[in-house]
Amino acid sequence: MSVQSKEVNEHTTTALESKEVKSYSAARQRRRILVNVLRVLFIVVIIGGWELGVHWKLPGAHDPVIDPFFWGQPSGIWMQLVTWVTQGTAQGSLWEQIAVTIEEAILGFVIGAVLGVVFGIVLGRNRFLADVLGPYVKVANSIPRVTLAPLFAIGLGLGMQSKVALAVVLVFFIVFFNAFQGVREVDRNLLANARILGASPRRITTAVIIPSALTWIFASLHTSFSFALVGAVVGEFIGATQGIGLLIQNAGQNFNPNGVFAAMVILAIVALLSEFLITALERRLLRWRPNTVSDVTI
Amino acid sequence: MKESSTITDTISNRATSAIELRDVTKRFLTPGGQVYTAIHDINLSVAPGEFVAIVGPTGCGKSTTLGLISGLEPASEGSVQVMGEPVQGIDPRIGYVFQSDAVFPWKNVLNNVATGPQFRGQSKTGAYQKAREWIARVGLTGFEDRYPHQLSGGMRKRVALAQTFINDPQILLMDEPFSALDVQTRTLMEDELLALWSSLQSSVVFVTHDLEEAISLADRVCVLTAGPATVKGIYTIDLPRPRKVEDIRFDPRFNELYRRIWEDLREEVMISYERTKQRG
Repeated sequence: MSVQSKEVNEHTTTALESKEVKSYSAARQRRRILVNVLRVLFIVVIIGGWELGVHWKLPGAHDPVIDPFFWGQPSGIWMQLVTWVTQGTAQGSLWEQIAVTIEEAILGFVIGAVLGVVFGIVLGRNRFLADVLGPYVKVANSIPRVTLAPLFAIGLGLGMQSKVALAVVLVFFIVFFNAFQGVREVDRNLLANARILGASPRRITTAVIIPSALTWIFASLHTSFSFALVGAVVGEFIGATQGIGLLIQNAGQNFNPNGVFAAMVILAIVALLSEFLITALERRLLRWRPNTVSDVTI
Repeated sequence: MKESSTITDTISNRATSAIELRDVTKRFLTPGGQVYTAIHDINLSVAPGEFVAIVGPTGCGKSTTLGLISGLEPASEGSVQVMGEPVQGIDPRIGYVFQSDAVFPWKNVLNNVATGPQFRGQSKTGAYQKAREWIARVGLTGFEDRYPHQLSGGMRKRVALAQTFINDPQILLMDEPFSALDVQTRTLMEDELLALWSSLQSSVVFVTHDLEEAISLADRVCVLTAGPATVKGIYTIDLPRPRKVEDIRFDPRFNELYRRIWEDLREEVMISYERTKQRG
């Protein structure tokens, strides 16, 4: 009797459970569709509103609500992009401009990140050196470093070096501080364990310090590629013969807001692609982590 | 004349004790600039192959004692000898199992266990082969590719044990190694530790705040006073071996020993408790 009632009981629970699971997954599905619909709607309203604003005049007003002469318009931005792609820019092919800026950014990013990691680890491992250099590092960090752009243009000329140098400086400090902090935050137990297991000081750095600081370093790499792009573009503003920064500069001087926005769209695509690549690399190198923390999703 | 007496002294030490602490004191400088005495005039010797448990109230300096034996920290006063030689830096014959997880989170089980041999200059293939043997001995075969976060607390402890035992330590220091585990897992791990220890015959110093654990595992139990810690009493545990931790707790002799040592320990626990109350 009691056995039977237990069986019945079990049976009803599983039936209930599967019903519950179904309704949960249905709710999740509905939510996902709603989110996607609202996302599309959002961008349609923004871009559509902008485009409409250009054509819409308030009663009695002379100019439209959004004056395309100053603020551009989405259709104009699109036309600009199409022209650049099909006919090239005033400075030559669009791809060349993109390649130049990306090359500057990548060089600056790699050099800055390597220097940042090396200095961060050295200073993180050497308390004495960190105490001596600490104040200067703080001062250097508090100066807005884009102000170095004219200096680099004077010293290194209008070629690639001046842009790379600016990107290096911007990237260096971000990566440096994270690497430094990462080294400082290494679990004391792990260090003690490595020493007991027989690690030499050099092995401690390579086998314990660097892997455990890697989480911190990667967190900084996400933001620092955008800074490398900023360095390259600002460097091109100051003086250049090629690049997306120059494209923006020229568009601005020719009262072509659509050109400025079109260049921004290109930069955004580049930044997104780089972010994607860094995340992929991070996933590979930090496989051991339960989940990626530096990956902030909203 | 004097030299020869030192030599005979050293030789006799080597024959009698694996670890010898004589009037050992350890002081720390607190961040506030004050001197804090963690342990004071500790005397303890551990024979080769002996299992000694150290019990004492929380924060009394039990871990500090292990730090001194391992060479991670130098003593402020007194002499610490391992195998008849004064401790200078980290001795490769020592193994240390930490209280918290000290396995490397970015290494999988195989690489974690192989760490010691690799640090000590063994080839990768040799280290892996030895690591596989140890993984089998602690019952983790099939989990070689897992990362620590994918394992349970008990499994992580097994990794830590394999990581330590693979170096074939003659002296094994354990700092509350099982305190973070649930009671059932803990009993299992204690039994496994006893089995591993009996096959290796290394000397063990096992720090714990759990008197039951101390009595069920050890040959001798050393009770420390509330900080600054010094030795309050040393008790010989004459329970027969091999022991089964889950059964030995019902042995009448176990209860007798427990009651006697607890008398001693309780006072210190109360002192330590009163102090924390005053501070809080």
